[in-house]
Amino acid sequence: MQEILLNLAIIITKVVFFTFLVVLPLVPLSVYFERRFSAIIQDRVGPNRVGIPLTLFGFKKDFHFFGLIQPIADGLKLFLKEDFTPEHVRKAFYWLAPALTVVPALITVCVVPFGPDVTLFGRTEKLVIADLDVGPLFVFAISSLTVYGITLAGWSSNSKFPFIGGVRSTAQMISYEICLGLSIIPVLLYFGTLNLSNIVEYQAVNGWLILPLWNESGSVFSAGYWQTCGPQWLFWIPAFIAFVIFTVSIFAETNRMPFDLPECETELVGGYHTEYSSMKFAMFFMGEYAAMVIGSALIVTLFLGGWSLGFGADAAIANFSIGAFKIGGFIHLGIFLGKLLLFINFFILVRWTVPRFRYDQLMKLGWVIFFEAALINVFLAALIIAAPELKAVIIVIGFVLLVAVTAAVIWVAKVSEPPTKILRA
Amino acid sequence: MSTIKLTRPKLDAGEKIYFGGIVKGFILTMKHAVKSLRGKSYGAEGLASSGLGVTMQFPEQRWDDHMPEYYRGAPTLVTDEQGRERCVSCQLCEFICPPKAIKITPSEIPSDDKWAKVEKRPLEFDIDMIRCIYCGMCEEVCPEQAIYLRKDYLITGTSRKDMVHDKKKLYEIGGTRVGLVNKWNELK
Repeated sequence: MQEILLNLAIIITKVVFFTFLVVLPLVPLSVYFERRFSAIIQDRVGPNRVGIPLTLFGFKKDFHFFGLIQPIADGLKLFLKEDFTPEHVRKAFYWLAPALTVVPALITVCVVPFGPDVTLFGRTEKLVIADLDVGPLFVFAISSLTVYGITLAGWSSNSKFPFIGGVRSTAQMISYEICLGLSIIPVLLYFGTLNLSNIVEYQAVNGWLILPLWNESGSVFSAGYWQTCGPQWLFWIPAFIAFVIFTVSIFAETNRMPFDLPECETELVGGYHTEYSSMKFAMFFMGEYAAMVIGSALIVTLFLGGWSLGFGADAAIANFSIGAFKIGGFIHLGIFLGKLLLFINFFILVRWTVPRFRYDQLMKLGWVIFFEAALINVFLAALIIAAPELKAVIIVIGFVLLVAVTAAVIWVAKVSEPPTKILRA
Repeated sequence: MSTIKLTRPKLDAGEKIYFGGIVKGFILTMKHAVKSLRGKSYGAEGLASSGLGVTMQFPEQRWDDHMPEYYRGAPTLVTDEQGRERCVSCQLCEFICPPKAIKITPSEIPSDDKWAKVEKRPLEFDIDMIRCIYCGMCEEVCPEQAIYLRKDYLITGTSRKDMVHDKKKLYEIGGTRVGLVNKWNELK
């Protein structure tokens, strides 16, 4: 009985810690980074004022914190705004929609491995809320529910622009979900497991998928590495293709900039959240950023080694302990968060660099290019993985077949394209 | 109407793959970011930036030194070198003022006054700074060169009443000005 209660307490602690103390604070932080980074790119300053107003209490200078308090002030403002529900909306769904966008993003936190084992008070615990054996599948299953929130918001708002936004979102999600699922099949084939913790552990020892600079026989600086790194670098080709497709699809899934058509301000006023105000709008906002955090976490976990630092330093860090407490896991948590922030900044960089796609371009990219590329990539990866056990003839035949299929797909895509029209000016 | 036939530009394979262009874009934006962090953005020097981008950060840095000669700030009343208030309350500025921001109550100068020969001066002279559009027409129309647009731009107040500049305030901002109108001088 006591054991069950203790386990329950541990689970609740983990949920509260990871969801409310790790992932949710990342949301305002990424909003801050978004504003500051975009400002710096555009030769501006960005929010740098909001801090602790010490001058109010008679001190000489205010404490600015580089404006890090700004998102909190923004959140407070949204809390205090009037929560206006228009007359013409379908009330029940209108109220349900914001929750439906936030909740899935936060549920997916539970499979993200934040670090390896930690030993506290004689108990060894993994820094994962739920160490599921179907990690990525669970994330896909839950995160695709976000689209219900957006679609319902668009529909229940009962006005034109939100509705178009909702419909766009549905079409976009369906197209990119396929690429998302297909693109990580090579990765899962390579690791042979769907457990995200095991995937990270494997990468810690054998090199990150995108950066295989070390393996069991040493890092780039030792001779042993150069004798055994062949297959790793050979698999790097499909892994990189998968990485590109997966990253782009995550952008589309989280409605981030080159693909933010459901809410594109220039065409649809505010898109699906045109009719929302106050905290309901803030929840859409939070859901978007939480989805971005989780998306980056997934990319970091699958392709960039999760919590591992690499170069064989992970075992040493993991065994770091103070007295009986093995707290190396928390250092790994820090490394993971560092990588996560870097990748979030990459998201932001993309947003302020790449212009928005036209809707037909978006659909074409999803269905004609990425879908086929991901499909071919699966077979390419399978061929590379199976190569050591196959005869040379079969490898060659397989390779030729693959090239032929690729050529055929490219040819079909080219033929099916309508001829370029002559523009009149 | 003649028609011009345009063809879409032919893209080579590299441009069609699109990723090269995106990477180029990343490099461009990052270059901007690095330059802006080092305070070396294009035009940062001319705009007297605070060291981050091209922005001059207001309360600490002011653009007072960068203001051009012709800058039109708050309209004010001025006195001449003998301390005489130049305004003779002819009310031309009141009539020309497009947003009707100026309100003058004229009065006569008593006969025992030093400047009795000027005959008139304003009893009250209010400029509503909420209405003022800084067009400078009052300055242009004034035959006595009594109203000038100064370089004051920080006109703030916590109530509508605060924003109405009365005569005292207008002379306070305006100060003395040596001008061309000397017809009321003792010498003449």
